[in-house]
Amino acid sequence: MADDPISQFQISRLIPIEIGGLDFSFTNSSLFMVASVATAGAFLYLTTSSRGLVPGRAQSVSELSYEFIANMLRDATGQHGMKFFPLVFSLFMFILTANMYGMFPYFFTVTSHIIVTFALAMLVMTTLVVYGFRTHGFRFLKLFVPHGIPGVLVPLVVAIELISFLSRPISLSVRLFAAMLAGHITVKVFAGFIATLGSLGAVGIVAAILPLFLTVAITALEFLISFIQAYVFAILTCMYLNDALHPEH
Amino acid sequence: MFVTPGYAQDAVPAEGELQTEVVEVHEDSGFPPFETEFYPSQLLWLAISFGLFYLFLQKVVLPRIGNILEVRRDRIAHDLDQAARNKEEADAAIAAYEQELADARAKAHAIAQDAQDSAKADAEAQRKTVEAELDRKLVDAERRIAAVRETAMKDVGTIAEETAGAIVEALIGQKPDDKAVSAAVGQVR
Repeated sequence: MADDPISQFQISRLIPIEIGGLDFSFTNSSLFMVASVATAGAFLYLTTSSRGLVPGRAQSVSELSYEFIANMLRDATGQHGMKFFPLVFSLFMFILTANMYGMFPYFFTVTSHIIVTFALAMLVMTTLVVYGFRTHGFRFLKLFVPHGIPGVLVPLVVAIELISFLSRPISLSVRLFAAMLAGHITVKVFAGFIATLGSLGAVGIVAAILPLFLTVAITALEFLISFIQAYVFAILTCMYLNDALHPEH
Repeated sequence: MFVTPGYAQDAVPAEGELQTEVVEVHEDSGFPPFETEFYPSQLLWLAISFGLFYLFLQKVVLPRIGNILEVRRDRIAHDLDQAARNKEEADAAIAAYEQELADARAKAHAIAQDAQDSAKADAEAQRKTVEAELDRKLVDAERRIAAVRETAMKDVGTIAEETAGAIVEALIGQKPDDKAVSAAVGQVR
């Protein structure tokens, strides 16, 4: 059971709740969602509570993440895209913290479940579509008709644009989900090799050194990926939101 | 797909055995991320936690950090302004100082020139008075010398006449005529 690389993604009910025939139990997944949110929120809140004119280290971290996302959003969408700043920042901080929590042994990785990442991706796409139609009306549909396309090609291009638009939430969610899932499985598999080889006697113990090194290396890589995936999710969100703000290419 | 047996067993469980039951279900159903039975729970708790997180950041944290950054930016801009203003003031003070220095120097020069001029004029005037005095004294002296010489010359005539008279008397034994002696002396002179 412990050797099974899939078991770490198992959901277990901590407080069973059932409403209207649906299972709304408070699970280990829920626990780590709450933990991620509480940690990130508390960190941002407490480190900025002194409002230092000259920031300390912790306050610098909060300020840097603020400016990091603010610059990313401003570069992608311009100044009036800043109304989406709370959304992008929340997404980035939530995914980053959840990914980092996932790096602890025996902890649950919230973002390794497709339903969570898909829900986040749909949140972005819904925001985009609703905002797009509300501010631009039907001109929002120009998103699918790029400028300067010869008339014959229009149906084809529209079809391509439509498919690419519809595949965005899928690519956005699957990218994060798959990266976290695959990474954690890899670490677990290599760590499993250490135990398996180690149980084969002296030769096995010597041979187990290689997977040990690999496990350490992949763990470091996973930390990098945890950050990069949060970054990628945030920057793609910025770019998609740019479409809602400027539907004419 | 995998879910059907999960549901089938899920319908059965006795309340107390829920935990172990679930674990068994998972072993059967395979891949946890595709177990739809937990989707409602995950969506609900994601909505609750992320929703609260979003609201908290939007209402409290982000305005606060934004405010901190803005205050800092203002403060830096203000300090730079202040520094620029101070520099301007310093420049103006230096310019004023140099202007004053130049004025003072010019004034000092003028005063020195004046003093020199007036001293020169004084000296010139004094020299002139002294020279005039000296001239006057010279003229006086010359006049006196002339008078003295005249007197002396007159006296010389008389002495000569008396001496001649005395010599003649000694020679011829009789007192010569005064008129003849003076005529003779006058002739010699």
